[in-house]
Amino acid sequence: MIDALEPFFAATIRTAVPLALAALGEMLVERTGLINIGLEGAILAGAFGALVGASSHGVALGFVGAIAAGMLVALLFGVFVIWARADQIITGTALTLLSMGATGTLYRALYGSSGAALSIPTSAPVAIPGLADLPVFGAALFGQPPVTYLVYLLTPLLAWWLGRTHAGLALRAIGDRPEAAEAAGVTVDRVRALAILCGGALGGLAGGTLVLAQAGTFTEGMSAGRGFIAIAIVVLGRWTPFGVLGGALLFGAASALQFAFQAMGWSAPYQVFLATPYVLTLAALAGAIGRTRPPASLGQPLEPRR
Amino acid sequence: MSSLLHTRPDRRESALWELGRAALVLVAIVSATGILLRIGGYAVSGGLAALWSGSLGSWYAFTSATLVRAVPLMLTGVAVAVAFRAGVLNIGAEGQLLAGAAAAAVVTLSPRDGPLASVVILLALAASAVGGAAWASIAAFLRARFAVLEVISTIMLNFIALHGVSLLVRGPLQEPTHAYPQSSTISDALHLPRIAGAGRLHVGIVLALGVSLAAGWVVRRTAAGFRLIAAGESASVATSAGGIDVMATTTRAFLLSGALAGVAGGVELLGVTFALYENISPGYGYTAIAVALLARLDPWRVALTAVLFGALEAGAGAMQRDAGVPSTLVAVIEAALILAVVAGGALRRRPARQDTAATSVLT
Repeated sequence: MIDALEPFFAATIRTAVPLALAALGEMLVERTGLINIGLEGAILAGAFGALVGASSHGVALGFVGAIAAGMLVALLFGVFVIWARADQIITGTALTLLSMGATGTLYRALYGSSGAALSIPTSAPVAIPGLADLPVFGAALFGQPPVTYLVYLLTPLLAWWLGRTHAGLALRAIGDRPEAAEAAGVTVDRVRALAILCGGALGGLAGGTLVLAQAGTFTEGMSAGRGFIAIAIVVLGRWTPFGVLGGALLFGAASALQFAFQAMGWSAPYQVFLATPYVLTLAALAGAIGRTRPPASLGQPLEPRR
Repeated sequence: MSSLLHTRPDRRESALWELGRAALVLVAIVSATGILLRIGGYAVSGGLAALWSGSLGSWYAFTSATLVRAVPLMLTGVAVAVAFRAGVLNIGAEGQLLAGAAAAAVVTLSPRDGPLASVVILLALAASAVGGAAWASIAAFLRARFAVLEVISTIMLNFIALHGVSLLVRGPLQEPTHAYPQSSTISDALHLPRIAGAGRLHVGIVLALGVSLAAGWVVRRTAAGFRLIAAGESASVATSAGGIDVMATTTRAFLLSGALAGVAGGVELLGVTFALYENISPGYGYTAIAVALLARLDPWRVALTAVLFGALEAGAGAMQRDAGVPSTLVAVIEAALILAVVAGGALRRRPARQDTAATSVLT
């Protein structure tokens, strides 16, 4: 039983890290009252950007490529939603479709249509001395690629920023009362645009993590709905950084249950495990809503541009 | 999600204007394809030639490739249009199509003796409608009861449906030799009849056209259609001024949408694939969003845009075969079309934003 716990914790963290990154970014966007369904596209673009960067210039450039690609998708979202005042949901859906088509096409054009798995340099785990040697969960928590530690740092940082800084309060004010924030001198459109770009960067980084710290390769459509799951995690985490981190860990744990089940000798068709995260998302959304208060202007059509 | 696209497809517009717009769309698609081919480093003329010959270049290509693909696109396109008009953002046509196909497979593969083939076909199509509606009902329930965003729930259900079909074709519905992840093929008697002189085109096209006509008529001419549009334009106005039960109306539209997408799956199984397997739909349910939006959510125009996208998908297949161009290029073009439509609609609408919601429903 104890033997099963170690891979269980490791799988939990592995699944949770990209989800947490993407969900923290989306949380920032939603705190300004917007929903970026194109997050899925940003993650996929980030994965592809990581492939392009890393295959030519190594892991560091891979992460740069991932962030840049995620921000590119976010930029498109910003242009359409903020500048053109196009519908958020449709725009996000179209950007996800665009990202799927563009990454698939570019992948086949650049690396051949065989779809042969490319092997690229990966981000090696860095064990934190002392902590990584703790029993059972030490290696899972503290023997990870550096991007994992970024999540540990980013979560309290965002909590402090949202709760304690002028800019953080302005961001939250926009989500609750955009017109009041505007009257108080906040440039709503600009803050929203910045939040969207940050969300895209983190979404791209999530995609980069999949490629550079986990799979070691790119496959078409490898984001596999993580963007939508991340959006559900934001709801589950009640739009707070620590809540989002907890939600991501919960999802990671649920997805990792298969290791625990296997260790206990239970078997089920593998499709059941594959479908579990999506079923959980539905259950989480149904259970979370009603007990939480989303930003008041969330998803509302934007007021006309001045 | 009020007044989703700010469109008024029912407004009478001159035929010339309509033709001009259609021509503009065609020119945009061809030039976008050409530009993307150039960027990708492919031979532009060779690619476009393959696009043409594989889609509209011959009677065989038009019927057996383009129109065969237009059938599921038309059904799912109407499904999406009906839902969007009611303000329900059903992105789940793909999952509902799979549920419909699975239901039709269960009916057609069940051992039985007696009933006429035509009765079984009708039963299978009815089952596919029920299957699609049942799959949509999960999201409709979560929306009505817990206010869960249907965009997210339907996408989750798409993934679950895909894994569900995967489970079925490796488990209870797998063909007897257990060698392939697919069901047995249905008996020849249960195939949808082909249309004489039209290659592989089957009578599903008649059904799809009928659905498009009927849905357009309901939306434009009936009280139910008025309620549907009013609920989609502005839920608060529909409730206060129209006395409309918005929740019941949108739920009904959601279920109808699921049923139509389910029928697309049943028709595809009985008319084209004859067996259930995971990749029974190459993303028709997602393409349907582009089909519906380009038709400005009007079921009648969906009949045309479905043929257009059927041609695009067929041509993309030919481009991949003959010119080595990745067929995923089509997704880029579809996404660009969707973005152009939503941005265009929003920009055009901007000067008139002072309109109150009430006038926009009643005009």
